[in-house]
Amino acid sequence: MDLGQIPVLGLVFQLIGYLVDVLPTISPIILRAATPIALAALVGVLCERSGVVNIGIEGIMLGTAFIGWVVGVALVPILGGEPTAIFGLTPALLGGLAAALVGGMVISFVLAWLAISVRADQIISGTIINIAAVGLTGYLISLLSKSSPVGAGNFKPFVPPAGLTDLPVVGWVFAMFLEQGPITMSVIVIVVVMQILLFRSRWGLRTRAVGEHPKAAETVGISVIALRYRNVVLSGLLGGLAGASLTMEATNSFQNNMTAGRGFIGLAAMIVGRWTPLGAFGAALLFASSQAIGRSISFAPPKGQLGDILTSVPPQFYDALPYLVTIIVLAGLIGRSTPPAADGQPYEREGIH
Amino acid sequence: MTGAATPAAPPERPWTGVGTALVVPLVSILLALVVGAVVIELSQLLTPGKGFNVWLPIEAYRAMLEGSLGSWNNIVNTLVVSTPLVLGGLSVAFGFKGGLFNIGAQGQFLMGVLGAVMVGVALRDTTPVIAIPGALIGGVVGGAIWGFIPGVLKAVSGAHEVVVTIMLNYVALSVLAAAVNGPLRVQAAPSAVTLTVGDAALPILFGRNGHTGIIIALIAVAIVGWLLYRTTFGFEVRTVGANPDAARYAGMRPRRIIVLTMSMCGMLAGLAGAIELLGITHKTTASYATSVGFDSIAVALLGRSSPIGVLLSALLFGLMRAGAGQMQIQTGIPSELVDVLQATVLFFLVANVVVKRLLVRRSRTGDTPNARPPDRYVNEAVTG
Repeated sequence: MDLGQIPVLGLVFQLIGYLVDVLPTISPIILRAATPIALAALVGVLCERSGVVNIGIEGIMLGTAFIGWVVGVALVPILGGEPTAIFGLTPALLGGLAAALVGGMVISFVLAWLAISVRADQIISGTIINIAAVGLTGYLISLLSKSSPVGAGNFKPFVPPAGLTDLPVVGWVFAMFLEQGPITMSVIVIVVVMQILLFRSRWGLRTRAVGEHPKAAETVGISVIALRYRNVVLSGLLGGLAGASLTMEATNSFQNNMTAGRGFIGLAAMIVGRWTPLGAFGAALLFASSQAIGRSISFAPPKGQLGDILTSVPPQFYDALPYLVTIIVLAGLIGRSTPPAADGQPYEREGIH
Repeated sequence: MTGAATPAAPPERPWTGVGTALVVPLVSILLALVVGAVVIELSQLLTPGKGFNVWLPIEAYRAMLEGSLGSWNNIVNTLVVSTPLVLGGLSVAFGFKGGLFNIGAQGQFLMGVLGAVMVGVALRDTTPVIAIPGALIGGVVGGAIWGFIPGVLKAVSGAHEVVVTIMLNYVALSVLAAAVNGPLRVQAAPSAVTLTVGDAALPILFGRNGHTGIIIALIAVAIVGWLLYRTTFGFEVRTVGANPDAARYAGMRPRRIIVLTMSMCGMLAGLAGAIELLGITHKTTASYATSVGFDSIAVALLGRSSPIGVLLSALLFGLMRAGAGQMQIQTGIPSELVDVLQATVLFFLVANVVVKRLLVRRSRTGDTPNARPPDRYVNEAVTG
């Protein structure tokens, strides 16, 4: 194809037209895909704002995805019960969710112990969590799958009134935020609450102080160690929610390695969002959009010249799109995103040893 | 990475001398085997109806040893399985020496597979003297590109190599799938697969599958050791890894070194992929199964980033991987147990306070074991 003969401007208009066309359809999918990424990014924000690098998010997600699913499976025959009309809640599903949240905190505690008390290299500590999660879940799923367990199902999306989603122009926005399961819906709330807490509350101020200048924080009476522990363990709740969203909302089963790098994309979203909850959420939406648009192009390519070009690209390109976008956005932020000053540095109180 | 120089070491305790260089890893391995046994016992409770066998862990470990060392062919196979771990471990270790964490060995390995199969298929009807070096170089170049990209991004824009290399692992999957589904595909075949590499296949030297790659991996150990400790380049890599600012004041160019270091990481992992393809599979489908990525990290950490250490720990993990199949067949324990063992070894290695406390209780009394920041060892493990 001779590139010189293609009217570039025309193609751009065709692309915009296509996006405007498909956006209402894929917008709920984008938010759904952004959910685990955004939650992972919030885990990162919470930890790194207080000075602990958490690269084990991927493992925490994978581990809790498994725990939530397996506890759900175990509870189904015991608790039974009909799913509720809204969100399809069952006792077993809620039990699984609770287990995922607790599991997230337990795994995070291990990471906190390695990073804060042992003062081990934090990136290696996180990597150990990741390797252990892949190994243990792979080991257990391979044992359990022999008895072909019955899943606990999953949370169902809310069905908003048709009058709302059919509204012209703005209807798709309602669809995007309301046609969702409980975890996806809660993400926006969590993001806003965290943004306010981090920048407007006493806890937020202390957290940021500990992440920027722990020695100064200690001199005004903040316990650096205790705050770091608390934040990392609390971040496990969000990690558990992210894991639960994979096996209890997006799907109803567990697959080996099903996190597929989402934890790391979440870390990238945190960096791109400059360590703020709102920014990280925006970046997560961007990465999720690249995934959804890639899917959309391979399933329903646009017509005309643009479609010819897009379909001549190998379909695998669209699988790789979110990862490529992550790299490009990350590399494009030359010197414009600075981590908290004490990020990743173990803290040692003076005068103890 | 922790590029900062470690503070001056305190007076050595008896157990932190040369001996512990080996003692801590050995105790970590031992503790991991104990934890593995506990996992096996506990998991028996998950599969009721089969009865409870107290000796199952012993039987599992014995089957694993039999599968890896039970016969000449099994021993040779263990060496074959260890070969990519040696090269992958060297790749991660070389990064550690330069202060970089290369989690991208997986992707670099896959690009090595791709490079080797492209050149290998093109040269399949020439002669081994041309085809083998050509295909190996193809793999090395493929891996080098996948190491060069995160190196440049790190040097130019500061993009963290951990995130970029992980992302590139997934991109490599897609690139390999696109190539095998596209230009490399054998049209007549029912599913996407490449031609075999023909003359580029590595000759079998001993046993059932002992290919030349084993020798190449040993040579690579020697070359990397020489490069790191006997050349100016190696000195610069280690200096940048220990303290980039000091390196800059000494007139080195850290950015250039970072790009070169990451490219070198890529070359080593790419060579691993090339050897795996040319020595074992000879062709590839759209996906290439390997666990070399995480394995390499474990190998490099356990080997404390020294080439000899990498060789030894690659043999250990290779032994586990090679014997895992036999263990699964004989005792029904999933082969993923190896991943659990690997993670546990690393855990005890990093949380070496636990190990040292054990040792201290045994050898000394009345001394608090954790008088120094225990990350000293970890930093050594990482930056050497």
